[in-house]
Amino acid sequence: MAERAALEELVKLQGERVRGLKQQKASAELIEEEVGKLLKLKAQLGPDESKQKFVLKTPKGTRDYSPRQMAVREKVFDVIIRCFKRHGAEVIDTPVFELKETLMGKYGEDSKLIYDLKDQGGELLSLRYDLTVPFARYLAMNKLTNIKRYHIAKVYRRDNPAMTRGRYREFYQCDFDIAGNFDPMIPDAECLKIMCEILSSLQIGDFLVKVNDRRILDGMFAICGVSDSKFRTICSSVDKLDKVSWEEVKNEMVGEKGLAPEVADRIGDYVQQHGGVSLVEQLLQDPKLSQNKQALEGLGDLKLLFEYLTLFGIDDKISFDLSLARGLDYYTGVIYEAVLLQTPAQAGEEPLGVGSVAAGGRYDGLVGMFDPKGRKVPCVGLSIGVERIFSIVEQRLEALEEKVRTTETQVLVASAQKKLLEERLKLVSELWDAGIKAELLYKKNPKLLNQLQYCEEAGIPLVAIIGEQELKDGVIKLRSVTSREEVNVRREDLVEEIKRRTGQPLCIC
Amino acid sequence: MPLLGLLPRRAWAALLSQLVRPPCASRTGAVRCQSQGTRDLSPQHMVVREKILDLVISCFKRHGAKGMDTPAFELKEILTEKYGEDSGLMYDLKDQGGELLSLRYDLTVPFARYLAMNKVKKMKRYHVGKVWRRESPTIVQGRYREFCQCDFDIAGQFDPMIPDAECLKIMCEILSGLQLGDFLIKVNDRRIVDGMFAACGVPESKFRAICSSIDKLDKMAWKDVRHEMVAKKGLAPEVADRIGDYVQCHGGVSLVEQMFQDPRLSQNKQALEGLGDLKLLFEYLTLFGIAEKISFDLSLARGLDYYTGVIYEAVLLQTPTQAGEEPLNVGSVAAGGRYDGLVGMFDPKGHKVPCVGLSIGVERIFYIVEQRMKTKGEKVRTTETQVFVATPQKNFLQERLKLITELWDAGIKAEMLYKNNPKLLTQLHYCESTGIPLVVIIGEQELKEGVIKIRSVASREEVAIKRENLVAEIQKRLSES
Repeated sequence: MAERAALEELVKLQGERVRGLKQQKASAELIEEEVGKLLKLKAQLGPDESKQKFVLKTPKGTRDYSPRQMAVREKVFDVIIRCFKRHGAEVIDTPVFELKETLMGKYGEDSKLIYDLKDQGGELLSLRYDLTVPFARYLAMNKLTNIKRYHIAKVYRRDNPAMTRGRYREFYQCDFDIAGNFDPMIPDAECLKIMCEILSSLQIGDFLVKVNDRRILDGMFAICGVSDSKFRTICSSVDKLDKVSWEEVKNEMVGEKGLAPEVADRIGDYVQQHGGVSLVEQLLQDPKLSQNKQALEGLGDLKLLFEYLTLFGIDDKISFDLSLARGLDYYTGVIYEAVLLQTPAQAGEEPLGVGSVAAGGRYDGLVGMFDPKGRKVPCVGLSIGVERIFSIVEQRLEALEEKVRTTETQVLVASAQKKLLEERLKLVSELWDAGIKAELLYKKNPKLLNQLQYCEEAGIPLVAIIGEQELKDGVIKLRSVTSREEVNVRREDLVEEIKRRTGQPLCIC
Repeated sequence: MPLLGLLPRRAWAALLSQLVRPPCASRTGAVRCQSQGTRDLSPQHMVVREKILDLVISCFKRHGAKGMDTPAFELKEILTEKYGEDSGLMYDLKDQGGELLSLRYDLTVPFARYLAMNKVKKMKRYHVGKVWRRESPTIVQGRYREFCQCDFDIAGQFDPMIPDAECLKIMCEILSGLQLGDFLIKVNDRRIVDGMFAACGVPESKFRAICSSIDKLDKMAWKDVRHEMVAKKGLAPEVADRIGDYVQCHGGVSLVEQMFQDPRLSQNKQALEGLGDLKLLFEYLTLFGIAEKISFDLSLARGLDYYTGVIYEAVLLQTPTQAGEEPLNVGSVAAGGRYDGLVGMFDPKGHKVPCVGLSIGVERIFYIVEQRMKTKGEKVRTTETQVFVATPQKNFLQERLKLITELWDAGIKAEMLYKNNPKLLTQLHYCESTGIPLVVIIGEQELKEGVIKIRSVASREEVAIKRENLVAEIQKRLSES
């Protein structure tokens, strides 16, 4: 250590010498000689280890949640969890990583987006990509044949992040699923009821739930003349219809994916249709579609579904949309997706991009892929895309200029004079022991004005002020931060008075 | 059927292996379904967990902490070299062409990174989240590779020892609130530890090694620890004996006073600083009403490198084992300390932000609570459903769907069976097994009369309520119970 310090000192002196020589305009050879000595000294010093080489950031596509964002997140989760519980769901949790082989082969083209863990001599692991495959693994592993569960946790995808549009590499999913062999379409209808309840309660604007069925899609492709091998790729083209026009989609199918133009046109006749249960009736009569057994099954189930949705009072929010063709491989029956209906942009408000905020469907074959005997457990479920909802709620609060408190503190314990730290510590302890949310400044002798300012900034509604005179009189001054009204309260009555004012129950049960 | 204990040994082994081997293994050979050292949390586990986390978080909120969250992984370079002896236990992500990442090992280093990154000078925050460590899991003691931590930290330059005292107050509130039995919080100070070593003649290069030996005194006897220091770590026996004189001491503030007078320690500037702060701390702890739970313990020497001042650790005081109860040796249930230098390691200009905090070992607490529940045979409800919608007749699905919608729309937690024509007995049985307190029954007769029958599952009493009063009646009953 001492050696280095000495060296640094030499470097400094030599540097000054060189600067001095240059100023004096000494001869070039002399300057060069002294610079040479300087460089030799610097080389002895070695690289500057004290300078940090890393950049302070979170990994690409991830972010911290600030207290403000946590407050928003908590509100949103509250609404969602209350709804899940209202429908009788249990909750589970699974590890953040799974055996790599558990996730392999479940996500089709998206498998390349999975985060792998480094091979460190143990098992090969990958970070979970969604909550559905872990759920299926959980059911198979525990030999469960029916369960209604919700699971809220982060998932990981090495996608191209678009953080301004709420697309991250680490993001929350809120899943609700019903596993089990039941009478048709009742659980499916309940999933849609849950989606509607949540989206209504969140008050993020008008929404629409598009519904379709994998069997209708496959049946439709078959009767239009799409070859089996092209099903999935045509599917993903059709899926883009919510973002691009039919012409563009047709071009992609014909130009890039080698579909015959007539076949594309036939598809076009169907996928541009959407409507209520009357569209279902209409298609049941469709000459071509009604020849296809798969499509008929799907249509029959949708008809039943609409009956139940009507009884649930939500049929006006549901649209049978033949262009809905969701990405993931494992859906086997009904599929659905909720989108927010774009409101005309109000003054100063950014128009929010159209995108889905929730989605799901029936997947009867997934659990069987994990069960050693291939036993199937039919499942239907939904996933709420909360990250988008967080940003929408945040923007809404900002637009309304609503202050979001990041703490729940009810009382600040303050002192009006110096040397009252002991009294403050005693009083705040009393309040905590009575279950009251209280704070104090970590200063021995804080100024009253600073303490009051702290309350205003943090949104703390009450201040309990200790003063020398009040101490003698056995009272505490209780002040309302907003109204600035003060009243003296007897020390022994303080807890009750605070609880009364903050609407808290008198006992901590 | 023979008693299990009398089964031939081979049969017993075969039976056990069937129970223990997950289903996937039989198909894929020796491959397991789940990664080692991790586990799913069933609904029963989650209910216990949620109650405990609720209590912990409401304590943090009661003290004015803000919540925050960080990603599960960080840039590897940010985590490297912060963890001393433990850094080999980090989970790395595979190099897939992007940044090199590792799963977070605790919540403290991400916090320091957050403060430096956002140039925050003062913050009182809590963070509940999972962390990952590739240690050898000892599942019996509730130690997993993925586990939950609950951290509370106060960052900022403040008048001495007030935030430190609040951290200890919080620890006491939580441990009392959880009703785990008697507990004790051991307190020491890094400067006292270092000062003591110096005063005893430990060479500086051996400080950390001797420290980790001393740390074992809660599990090993002094003579075994002494042996390790002398025989394995090359400490001179006289030095070891001098250390022994100190580290076997523990007590209240009177021990602090005593150490102030100690001829060796009072010569050491560091130790005096530490003792001075502990004296002040005890004053505040007395005002907080928790001094009797705190023990100044000179053998406390926690593992992580980054502590700079006061350190503390809470342990449950073991109750004498009752019949049938395994003695639970789970180590500490909460710990923490002051770490003034960590944020400065991240700040480009080395600006320091002093920090003090605590971490609640919730996994160990979960384990203790679960064990107790198992011993007492306690069961918990895994749903919160209040009302079940049932019918004794066939072809009443539509009516049930309409009725349950009314309940949901009124915010009532309700369920029904996913069957077109379920039997009444099956429906009532479902209520009993899941703990649902009320049933509303609709049938042909009720429909004609415009009423619904409300039945209490526990008492089996039934009463007919007019359809339009149903929601109000249910809400009344639920608020009364």
